[in-house]
Amino acid sequence: MTSSRSGQTDYVLQTEAISKHFGAVRAVDELTLAIPRQGTTSIVGPNGSGKSTLVNLLSGVLPLDGGMVIIDGAGLRVVKAHETPDHGLTRTFQEVRLFDQITVWDNIMVVLTERRLFPALFERARPATRQKARDILEQVGMWDKRDSLAQDLSYGQRKLVEIGRALAMNVNTYLMDEPFAGLFPQMIERVKAIMKQMRTDGHTIVFISHNMEIVRELSDRIIVLDSGALLAAGEVEPVLNSEEVIEAYLGA
Amino acid sequence: MPVDMQRIRELPALVRNPREMARHARSNVELWANILVIGGAIAFMLWQGAGFAVIVGTVFAIWAILSVSLNLVVGFTGLLSVGHIGFFGVGAYTMAILTSSPEYEQLRTEAIPTFGWPFFAALPVCALLAGLAAIIVGIVFNRFRDDIFVLVSFGFAIISFNVFLNWRAVTRGAFGIHEIARPEIGDWRFDGDVEFLLLCLAFLAVVMLISWFVVSSSFGRVLTAIREDEQAIEVFGYQATHYKLAVWVISAMMAGIAGGLFSSWTTFIDPNSFILLESVLLVAIVILGGLATIWGSLLGAMAFVLLEEGMRFIPFLPTEYIGQARQVVLGILLVLLMLFRPQGLVGRYRL
Repeated sequence: MTSSRSGQTDYVLQTEAISKHFGAVRAVDELTLAIPRQGTTSIVGPNGSGKSTLVNLLSGVLPLDGGMVIIDGAGLRVVKAHETPDHGLTRTFQEVRLFDQITVWDNIMVVLTERRLFPALFERARPATRQKARDILEQVGMWDKRDSLAQDLSYGQRKLVEIGRALAMNVNTYLMDEPFAGLFPQMIERVKAIMKQMRTDGHTIVFISHNMEIVRELSDRIIVLDSGALLAAGEVEPVLNSEEVIEAYLGA
Repeated sequence: MPVDMQRIRELPALVRNPREMARHARSNVELWANILVIGGAIAFMLWQGAGFAVIVGTVFAIWAILSVSLNLVVGFTGLLSVGHIGFFGVGAYTMAILTSSPEYEQLRTEAIPTFGWPFFAALPVCALLAGLAAIIVGIVFNRFRDDIFVLVSFGFAIISFNVFLNWRAVTRGAFGIHEIARPEIGDWRFDGDVEFLLLCLAFLAVVMLISWFVVSSSFGRVLTAIREDEQAIEVFGYQATHYKLAVWVISAMMAGIAGGLFSSWTTFIDPNSFILLESVLLVAIVILGGLATIWGSLLGAMAFVLLEEGMRFIPFLPTEYIGQARQVVLGILLVLLMLFRPQGLVGRYRL
């Protein structure tokens, strides 16, 4: 494993000319970008601009067709999903992917326990681990629902549990694929509060959103994608007011 | 007549709350399933007498070891395998060959290797060889998922049957292997059926205990997560393939033990005991009892054996149809189960 814990690079995530093709469609086309350490970066772009594909490539859920991903200074031509936590990376999914037929409690516990196979076989939940799971569930406000099956929760609750599961990983960088999509205003506020807290705690957040109000409120930086390529990146207001971005959103 | 709100509020929670009602109903079905099956077993025992019950009990114990072990793979990990009978066969043949002694060999038309090992020395080897077979098969199987996995395991069941049938230098093919030794400790031979039943039940208890140990550990929790979303659990730092291989091997070793017990009990095996249909029946038992529940597998095996043996006593059914009829009944039972109770008798999880 080429896990680099240097911590010296300014960028927590970089890509070098990464590509992903689905048949003739170039979902991500020779994309090169860099995401600085700490703070919140948002990724925006029209539908089909490759935002979710980018997150899937960074987290190893989809294999790269070309190029290189640099996570925390470690250059990877093949991103293996199970190694991403070692590089300090975790994520949430656009279409909430909880472990449906197990309890909320187990959904959190499962990411807190032993990774190695044989120690896991002999490990029972330790009090410290239980306490951690409890803290996480209280932080996202789902402690009361701990004994429900994940599939019995409402959509918003499922989103919260998924964010809790990512928090339980306790890594540097969080990729969040549309954390606000399909939520009621009240739920949006809760997620916002959690994300602000994460930012204060010094984590790096990269999130996808279509809601420009939220993007303006939460982001330190913004990346705009169009047709799998980088359209603009930088400070929020200048980028959102630039001509090319307005054109991509309204002109197409 | 005005509605008396006070009285409605005082109604028990389960009447007001549909979810509470559903939970109540669920536990009721579980309770009745338990009462029905265990009560049926006791009634059968009283009706048929201890002698027959001991034989049926041994059949039950062997099926139960198999179904508990298969549930680790199918129920807890979500890998629908219809190839489990292959590992059962490996165990059975290992026991048959390792315990066969040269004296018996002279009676045979076709020579196979003889070792003359005692039962208790051969039994661990049954588990080891079944485990070894599982490692080889599992490494290949790990490349497949979901419906493709079912097809591949289907293929394994057919291949293993053909190996048993055609590798005549070791298995004597269709002739089968006779005179397989019964267990011995010193001078004490497990000749009596009661002794053998107790031995099988002891192994069943051990297998259930190991299964419980596995599924209640952190390892077991990861297995259920793999069942729910294999790709997602990888993102959180687990190598799903390693976990799948490990549980596959554990399960196969248990099946190997069951195979060793089986061939020593019947003292004769031939490839017909290890056909694909047996594997399918086994999956049916696991689903009947309930996925991802150890107790359910036990109950499923009990219900199946009761049904199977009970069919003998249907008065108007000619004996030559009994074999076919029980498959038909089991088939109908499965269809009804999938329609009305897809989680099985005491299960929680749906396929």
